[in-house]
Amino acid sequence: MQNGKPKIEVKNLNFYYGNTQALKNLNIICPEKKVTAIIGPSGCGKSTFIRTLNRMNDVIPNTRVSGEIYLDGQSIVSAKVDVVELRKRVGMVFQKPNPFPKSIFDNVAYGLRIYGHTDRRKLAETVERSLHHAALWDEVKDRLEENAFSLSGGQQQRLCIARALAVEPEVILFDEPCSAIDPIATAKIEDLIHKLKQDYTVVIVTHNMQQAARVSDFTAFMMLGEVVEFDVTEKIFTNPGNKLTEDYITGRFG
Amino acid sequence: MRQRLRGKKKIIQWAGFFLLRVCLYLVLGVLLLFLYDVGTKGGGAISWQFLSQAPRRGMTEGGIFPAIIGTFLVTMVTAILAIPLGMFAAIYLNEYARQTRITRIIRLSIRNLSGVPSIVYGLFGVILFVNILKFGTSILSAGLTLGLLTLPWTITASEEALKTIPNSYREGALALGATKWQSIRTNVLPYALPGMLTGTVLGLARAAGETAPIMFTGAAFYLPYLPKSLKDQFMALPYHLYIMATQHHDIAKVRPLAYGTALVLIAMVLGMNMAAVIVRYRLRKKRRT
Repeated sequence: MQNGKPKIEVKNLNFYYGNTQALKNLNIICPEKKVTAIIGPSGCGKSTFIRTLNRMNDVIPNTRVSGEIYLDGQSIVSAKVDVVELRKRVGMVFQKPNPFPKSIFDNVAYGLRIYGHTDRRKLAETVERSLHHAALWDEVKDRLEENAFSLSGGQQQRLCIARALAVEPEVILFDEPCSAIDPIATAKIEDLIHKLKQDYTVVIVTHNMQQAARVSDFTAFMMLGEVVEFDVTEKIFTNPGNKLTEDYITGRFG
Repeated sequence: MRQRLRGKKKIIQWAGFFLLRVCLYLVLGVLLLFLYDVGTKGGGAISWQFLSQAPRRGMTEGGIFPAIIGTFLVTMVTAILAIPLGMFAAIYLNEYARQTRITRIIRLSIRNLSGVPSIVYGLFGVILFVNILKFGTSILSAGLTLGLLTLPWTITASEEALKTIPNSYREGALALGATKWQSIRTNVLPYALPGMLTGTVLGLARAAGETAPIMFTGAAFYLPYLPKSLKDQFMALPYHLYIMATQHHDIAKVRPLAYGTALVLIAMVLGMNMAAVIVRYRLRKKRRT
């Protein structure tokens, strides 16, 4: 499997909710400035996995993790890791658009403000750049002071992407970013993901196989908490090495 | 969508709605009757003198000014104890505490405390504040006792308000690299505050009308002077009313004054509740724009 420099390396990762094991011995490499897609049926552990990459599972009580995840060769699993610092480097876009009940401007500026930036001009610049980057600027440039809830679902999701971009992360995690929005908005977000990989390493969870095929360079197929197959996207979709993968992508189950 | 119903179903539906409506009118009717009764019988007693003067001639004449001041001061002490403590306790319980058996027991205890009769708080206040902490029978003791009485309400209401904030606000902030406190301060509290305040003020209004907790801890039957410090005794509206209605040597003669006192007390409590509604409305409006 040819690849670039590994940005994220997952080694023998196990994850438990109480006594239930949700992830079993995962091994995945996400190369720098590429899109890695995680596909699989509902409940296979995709979302659990992506949430280990920025330690969002920390907020769920009674969970346990073993194995290793390296970001640029540095472990991010240990309790000593500064999760706040980690989450600045690894941004996340959630399944349901979750704008904050603030103005569009304040949503995008949120991250910078909590890092202590107050210079109005710098904030305005960053907000504009991030909204451009998220392909939303033209639609909202005249209404930055309006409440973010006044946007449509697809716009809200792009706003959430702009919000994540504003803090200049290195990795962006997408947790089924299109499952709550319509096909046209989905197409826009897929275009966006294509562009994002010039600057960012992207990991995307999706249960939409066509989406994975369209946007990703590498694909991991997961089932029941295990990685069944992990390879170049083209190979997964044209010549899968595993019978289960083939059954899934041809729609025989799932 | 209005369904066309026939025969029996229609009658059952009509009867059901009718019953619900009757219940509503019954409750409203009792409330209005009560307000009418107090209003007509007490309205005549209300005058500028009544509000601004002290009682005279064994409380058969004069006004209730000291009682208004006393109730106001004691409610302030209550607020200073109950508002911050209640809100912080709720923030801890809802945002920080792990949901273990112990926190469940704590939460259950708080709910139970809100059902404890107020006279029990009164006796507890005598032991703790008056005797052990040596605050004496004073505004301070009475206010703190009422504060304890209000706390369970404040905590519960604040926690409910925090629960209405979607988790996605918290997670969204955390995912951007906010610390837990930053996410709570910027993305939870501003939106929970209206609800927290409303619940808190309702609790305070209830405390302001209590008699049992203050009658052993600081409220005086009659005082010829206004309190000068928190260590002084005070007169209070509910206790004054209680005396006028049951303990006075000439109950029939002071009845109009008693009704007047009741009217002022109701107006004060109502005023506080209205203030809570207004505060909530203002904060909500600010958030929308």
